[in-house]
Amino acid sequence: MTKARITVTLKQGVLDPQGKAIEGGLASLGFTGVDSVRQGKVFDVELQTTDPNQAKAELNDMCAKLLANTVIEDYSVEII
Amino acid sequence: MKSAVILLPGLNRDQDMIAALTKISGKPPVMIWQTETEIPDVDLIVIPGGFSYGDYLRCGAIGARMPALRALAEKAAKGVRVLGVCNGFQILLETGLLPGALMRNASLKFVCKEISLEVTNVDTAFTRGYEKGQIIRCPVAHHDGNYFADPQTLADLEDNDRITFRYAENTNPNGSINDIAGIINKQGNVMGMMPHPENLIEAAHGGSDGRALFESALDIAV
Repeated sequence: MTKARITVTLKQGVLDPQGKAIEGGLASLGFTGVDSVRQGKVFDVELQTTDPNQAKAELNDMCAKLLANTVIEDYSVEII
Repeated sequence: MKSAVILLPGLNRDQDMIAALTKISGKPPVMIWQTETEIPDVDLIVIPGGFSYGDYLRCGAIGARMPALRALAEKAAKGVRVLGVCNGFQILLETGLLPGALMRNASLKFVCKEISLEVTNVDTAFTRGYEKGQIIRCPVAHHDGNYFADPQTLADLEDNDRITFRYAENTNPNGSINDIAGIINKQGNVMGMMPHPENLIEAAHGGSDGRALFESALDIAV
Protein backbone atom coordinates (compact mmCIF):
# COMPACT_ATOMS: atom_id res chain seq x y z
CA MET A 1 0.00 0.00 0.00
CA THR A 2 1.11 3.55 -0.66
CA LYS A 3 -0.07 6.49 1.38
CA ALA A 4 -0.09 9.93 -0.16
CA ARG A 5 -1.08 13.44 0.74
CA ILE A 6 -2.40 15.79 -1.92
CA THR A 7 -2.45 19.50 -1.21
CA VAL A 8 -4.64 21.80 -3.30
CA THR A 9 -4.13 25.54 -3.04
CA LEU A 10 -5.54 28.55 -4.82
CA LYS A 11 -3.32 29.95 -7.56
CA GLN A 12 -1.57 33.22 -6.95
CA GLY A 13 -3.69 36.08 -8.15
CA VAL A 14 -6.98 34.31 -7.43
CA LEU A 15 -8.88 36.17 -4.73
CA ASP A 16 -9.68 34.08 -1.65
CA PRO A 17 -12.60 35.59 0.25
CA GLN A 18 -12.56 32.71 2.77
CA GLY A 19 -8.87 33.29 3.51
CA LYS A 20 -9.66 36.99 4.00
CA ALA A 21 -12.41 36.13 6.49
CA ILE A 22 -10.02 33.85 8.39
CA GLU A 23 -7.48 36.70 8.50
CA GLY A 24 -10.19 38.85 10.10
CA GLY A 25 -10.96 36.09 12.61
CA LEU A 26 -7.31 35.78 13.59
CA ALA A 27 -6.99 39.57 13.95
CA SER A 28 -10.02 39.65 16.23
CA LEU A 29 -8.35 37.00 18.43
CA GLY A 30 -5.36 39.29 18.82
CA PHE A 31 -3.01 37.68 16.27
CA THR A 32 -1.84 41.01 14.92
CA GLY A 33 1.23 39.78 13.02
CA VAL A 34 -0.61 37.91 10.24
CA ASP A 35 0.12 39.26 6.77
CA SER A 36 -2.13 36.90 4.85
CA VAL A 37 -4.02 33.59 4.96
CA ARG A 38 -4.87 31.42 1.95
CA GLN A 39 -7.26 28.51 2.41
CA GLY A 40 -6.67 25.18 0.67
CA LYS A 41 -7.60 21.49 0.82
CA VAL A 42 -5.76 18.33 1.84
CA PHE A 43 -6.61 14.81 0.62
CA ASP A 44 -5.06 11.73 2.27
CA VAL A 45 -5.22 8.89 -0.24
CA GLU A 46 -4.33 5.23 0.22
CA LEU A 47 -3.48 3.33 -2.95
CA GLN A 48 -3.12 -0.42 -3.49
CA THR A 49 0.08 -0.12 -5.48
CA THR A 50 3.48 -0.34 -3.77
CA ASP A 51 5.26 1.36 -6.67
CA PRO A 52 5.76 5.04 -5.75
CA ASN A 53 6.22 6.11 -9.37
CA GLN A 54 2.99 4.47 -10.45
CA ALA A 55 1.27 5.99 -7.42
CA LYS A 56 2.53 9.48 -8.27
CA ALA A 57 1.44 9.19 -11.89
CA GLU A 58 -2.03 8.04 -10.85
CA LEU A 59 -2.38 10.73 -8.18
CA ASN A 60 -1.35 13.48 -10.61
CA ASP A 61 -3.96 12.20 -13.03
CA MET A 62 -6.60 12.26 -10.26
CA CYS A 63 -5.70 15.86 -9.45
CA ALA A 64 -5.92 16.97 -13.06
CA LYS A 65 -9.24 15.19 -13.63
CA LEU A 66 -11.12 15.83 -10.38
CA LEU A 67 -9.36 16.79 -7.17
CA ALA A 68 -8.18 20.21 -8.35
CA ASN A 69 -9.79 22.73 -10.65
CA THR A 70 -6.74 23.84 -12.56
CA VAL A 71 -8.45 27.06 -13.63
CA ILE A 72 -8.08 28.37 -10.09
CA GLU A 73 -6.05 25.81 -8.15
CA ASP A 74 -2.53 24.33 -8.02
CA TYR A 75 -1.81 20.92 -6.52
CA SER A 76 1.12 18.98 -5.12
CA VAL A 77 1.45 15.25 -4.46
CA GLU A 78 3.56 13.82 -1.65
CA ILE A 79 4.12 10.13 -0.91
CA ILE A 80 4.18 9.69 2.88
CA MET B 1 -38.82 21.65 -30.30
CA LYS B 2 -37.94 18.89 -27.87
CA SER B 3 -36.03 19.47 -24.67
CA ALA B 4 -34.36 17.36 -21.99
CA VAL B 5 -33.46 18.02 -18.37
CA ILE B 6 -30.46 16.43 -16.65
CA LEU B 7 -31.24 15.13 -13.15
CA LEU B 8 -28.61 14.70 -10.44
CA PRO B 9 -28.99 14.01 -6.71
CA GLY B 10 -29.07 17.30 -4.82
CA LEU B 11 -30.48 19.49 -7.57
CA ASN B 12 -33.53 21.35 -6.25
CA ARG B 13 -34.62 23.66 -9.08
CA ASP B 14 -35.36 20.80 -11.46
CA GLN B 15 -39.14 21.00 -11.03
CA ASP B 16 -39.10 24.76 -11.70
CA MET B 17 -37.14 24.14 -14.91
CA ILE B 18 -39.41 21.26 -15.98
CA ALA B 19 -42.47 23.46 -15.38
CA ALA B 20 -40.98 26.34 -17.38
CA LEU B 21 -40.02 24.14 -20.33
CA THR B 22 -43.40 22.39 -20.29
CA LYS B 23 -45.39 25.62 -20.14
CA ILE B 24 -43.37 27.40 -22.80
CA SER B 25 -42.81 24.55 -25.29
CA GLY B 26 -46.18 22.85 -24.69
CA LYS B 27 -44.58 19.47 -23.98
CA PRO B 28 -42.72 18.08 -20.99
CA PRO B 29 -38.95 17.64 -21.31
CA VAL B 30 -37.33 14.21 -21.38
CA MET B 31 -35.76 13.43 -17.99
CA ILE B 32 -32.17 12.20 -18.08
CA TRP B 33 -30.90 10.59 -14.87
CA GLN B 34 -27.19 11.04 -14.19
CA THR B 35 -26.28 7.41 -14.89
CA GLU B 36 -27.77 7.36 -18.39
CA THR B 37 -25.12 7.05 -21.07
CA GLU B 38 -27.19 8.30 -23.98
CA ILE B 39 -29.43 11.30 -24.48
CA PRO B 40 -32.20 10.95 -27.08
CA ASP B 41 -32.51 13.38 -29.98
CA VAL B 42 -33.62 16.70 -28.53
CA ASP B 43 -32.98 20.33 -29.52
CA LEU B 44 -32.22 21.73 -26.07
CA ILE B 45 -30.65 20.09 -23.00
CA VAL B 46 -30.92 21.94 -19.69
CA ILE B 47 -28.98 21.42 -16.46
CA PRO B 48 -31.05 23.01 -13.67
CA GLY B 49 -29.92 24.58 -10.41
CA GLY B 50 -29.44 23.21 -6.93
CA PHE B 51 -26.64 21.57 -4.99
CA SER B 52 -25.66 18.40 -6.82
CA TYR B 53 -23.69 16.09 -4.54
CA GLY B 54 -24.07 18.62 -1.75
CA ASP B 55 -21.51 20.92 -3.41
CA TYR B 56 -18.86 18.50 -2.05
CA LEU B 57 -15.29 19.08 -3.25
CA ARG B 58 -16.35 22.06 -5.43
CA CYS B 59 -19.76 23.11 -6.72
CA GLY B 60 -20.67 20.87 -9.65
CA ALA B 61 -17.35 18.96 -9.55
CA ILE B 62 -18.76 15.48 -8.90
CA GLY B 63 -21.89 15.91 -11.02
CA ALA B 64 -19.77 16.99 -13.98
CA ARG B 65 -18.04 13.56 -13.97
CA MET B 66 -21.26 11.52 -14.26
CA PRO B 67 -22.08 9.49 -17.43
CA ALA B 68 -25.03 11.72 -18.44
CA LEU B 69 -22.68 14.70 -18.59
CA ARG B 70 -20.34 12.82 -20.92
CA ALA B 71 -23.35 12.12 -23.13
CA LEU B 72 -24.26 15.81 -22.93
CA ALA B 73 -20.75 16.80 -24.06
CA GLU B 74 -21.13 14.55 -27.11
CA LYS B 75 -24.45 16.21 -27.98
CA ALA B 76 -22.96 19.67 -27.44
CA ALA B 77 -20.13 18.83 -29.85
CA LYS B 78 -22.78 18.03 -32.45
CA GLY B 79 -24.35 21.47 -32.00
CA VAL B 80 -27.29 20.64 -29.73
CA ARG B 81 -28.19 23.63 -27.56
CA VAL B 82 -27.23 23.33 -23.90
CA LEU B 83 -28.29 25.66 -21.09
CA GLY B 84 -26.90 25.47 -17.55
CA VAL B 85 -28.51 27.57 -14.82
CA CYS B 86 -26.90 28.15 -11.41
CA ASN B 87 -25.51 24.73 -10.40
CA GLY B 88 -25.96 23.85 -14.08
CA PHE B 89 -23.55 26.70 -14.95
CA GLN B 90 -21.10 25.45 -12.32
CA ILE B 91 -21.33 21.96 -13.86
CA LEU B 92 -20.72 23.28 -17.40
CA LEU B 93 -17.56 25.01 -16.15
CA GLU B 94 -16.41 21.84 -14.40
CA THR B 95 -16.92 19.79 -17.58
CA GLY B 96 -14.80 22.30 -19.49
CA LEU B 97 -17.59 23.08 -21.97
CA LEU B 98 -17.37 26.70 -20.79
CA PRO B 99 -14.22 28.48 -19.53
CA GLY B 100 -13.52 29.89 -16.06
CA ALA B 101 -14.65 28.99 -12.56
CA LEU B 102 -17.27 30.06 -10.02
CA MET B 103 -15.95 30.80 -6.57
CA ARG B 104 -17.48 31.61 -3.18
CA ASN B 105 -19.40 34.92 -3.23
CA ALA B 106 -17.14 37.84 -2.28
CA SER B 107 -19.48 38.60 0.64
CA LEU B 108 -19.21 34.95 1.79
CA LYS B 109 -23.00 35.07 2.13
CA PHE B 110 -25.67 33.12 0.29
CA VAL B 111 -27.58 35.64 -1.83
CA CYS B 112 -31.25 35.09 -2.60
CA LYS B 113 -32.87 38.13 -4.18
CA GLU B 114 -33.90 39.79 -7.41
CA ILE B 115 -31.21 41.58 -9.39
CA SER B 116 -31.13 43.44 -12.71
CA LEU B 117 -29.44 41.85 -15.68
CA GLU B 118 -28.15 43.61 -18.76
CA VAL B 119 -28.45 41.56 -21.95
CA THR B 120 -25.09 42.25 -23.56
CA ASN B 121 -25.19 39.96 -26.59
CA VAL B 122 -28.45 39.36 -28.42
CA ASP B 123 -26.94 37.52 -31.38
CA THR B 124 -27.24 34.09 -29.76
CA ALA B 125 -29.82 31.31 -29.89
CA PHE B 126 -30.61 32.00 -26.23
CA THR B 127 -30.83 35.79 -26.14
CA ARG B 128 -32.23 36.86 -29.53
CA GLY B 129 -35.62 37.49 -27.94
CA TYR B 130 -34.17 40.49 -26.09
CA GLU B 131 -32.84 43.85 -27.22
CA LYS B 132 -29.19 44.73 -26.85
CA GLY B 133 -28.63 46.59 -23.60
CA GLN B 134 -32.07 45.66 -22.31
CA ILE B 135 -32.25 45.49 -18.53
CA ILE B 136 -34.32 42.58 -17.28
CA ARG B 137 -35.36 41.44 -13.82
CA CYS B 138 -34.11 38.04 -12.68
CA PRO B 139 -33.84 36.22 -9.35
CA VAL B 140 -30.52 34.85 -8.06
CA ALA B 141 -30.00 32.28 -5.30
CA HIS B 142 -26.46 31.03 -4.77
CA HIS B 143 -23.42 30.86 -2.51
CA ASP B 144 -20.81 30.33 -5.23
CA GLY B 145 -21.54 32.65 -8.13
CA ASN B 146 -18.36 34.69 -8.15
CA TYR B 147 -17.17 34.23 -11.72
CA PHE B 148 -13.42 34.12 -12.25
CA ALA B 149 -11.27 33.63 -15.34
CA ASP B 150 -7.61 34.30 -16.05
CA PRO B 151 -6.84 37.51 -17.99
CA GLN B 152 -6.40 35.69 -21.30
CA THR B 153 -9.75 33.87 -21.02
CA LEU B 154 -11.43 37.07 -19.92
CA ALA B 155 -10.02 38.97 -22.91
CA ASP B 156 -11.28 36.19 -25.20
CA LEU B 157 -14.78 36.42 -23.67
CA GLU B 158 -14.84 40.21 -23.94
CA ASP B 159 -13.29 40.49 -27.42
CA ASN B 160 -15.47 37.80 -28.98
CA ASP B 161 -18.73 38.97 -27.46
CA ARG B 162 -19.20 35.80 -25.45
CA ILE B 163 -20.68 37.50 -22.38
CA THR B 164 -24.44 37.21 -22.74
CA PHE B 165 -25.55 38.70 -19.41
CA ARG B 166 -23.96 41.09 -16.95
CA TYR B 167 -25.26 42.21 -13.59
CA ALA B 168 -26.57 45.71 -14.23
CA GLU B 169 -24.78 48.62 -12.61
CA ASN B 170 -24.54 48.32 -8.83
CA THR B 171 -26.39 45.00 -8.68
CA ASN B 172 -23.43 42.58 -8.85
CA PRO B 173 -24.41 40.26 -5.96
CA ASN B 174 -21.30 38.08 -5.77
CA GLY B 175 -18.14 39.89 -6.87
CA SER B 176 -18.04 38.35 -10.37
CA ILE B 177 -15.21 39.72 -12.47
CA ASN B 178 -16.48 42.28 -15.05
CA ASP B 179 -20.01 41.79 -13.63
CA ILE B 180 -20.31 38.54 -15.61
CA ALA B 181 -23.61 36.69 -15.05
CA GLY B 182 -23.73 34.49 -18.15
CA ILE B 183 -21.40 33.35 -20.93
CA ILE B 184 -21.64 31.34 -24.13
CA ASN B 185 -19.18 29.02 -25.89
CA LYS B 186 -17.39 29.89 -29.11
CA GLN B 187 -19.77 27.78 -31.23
CA GLY B 188 -22.75 29.59 -29.72
CA ASN B 189 -24.69 26.51 -28.58
CA VAL B 190 -23.70 26.18 -24.90
CA MET B 191 -24.68 28.91 -22.44
CA GLY B 192 -24.35 29.07 -18.67
CA MET B 193 -25.73 31.66 -16.27
CA MET B 194 -26.06 32.08 -12.50
CA PRO B 195 -29.50 33.83 -12.37
CA HIS B 196 -32.75 31.86 -12.66
CA PRO B 197 -34.80 32.90 -15.74
CA GLU B 198 -37.10 29.89 -15.15
CA ASN B 199 -38.39 31.61 -12.04
CA LEU B 200 -39.76 34.62 -13.91
CA ILE B 201 -41.87 33.32 -16.78
CA GLU B 202 -45.49 34.14 -15.90
CA ALA B 203 -47.73 36.53 -14.02
CA ALA B 204 -47.81 34.25 -10.98
CA HIS B 205 -44.06 34.80 -10.66
CA GLY B 206 -44.58 38.55 -10.62
CA GLY B 207 -43.13 39.01 -14.09
CA SER B 208 -42.05 37.22 -17.23
CA ASP B 209 -38.66 38.68 -18.13
CA GLY B 210 -37.12 35.21 -18.25
CA ARG B 211 -39.58 33.87 -20.79
CA ALA B 212 -37.86 35.25 -23.91
CA LEU B 213 -34.76 33.21 -23.13
CA PHE B 214 -36.69 29.94 -23.36
CA GLU B 215 -38.72 31.13 -26.36
CA SER B 216 -35.44 31.93 -28.11
CA ALA B 217 -33.77 28.62 -27.21
CA LEU B 218 -36.90 26.68 -28.21
CA ASP B 219 -37.43 28.63 -31.47
CA ILE B 220 -40.83 29.91 -30.35
CA ALA B 221 -42.17 33.21 -31.67
CA VAL B 222 -38.86 34.98 -32.21
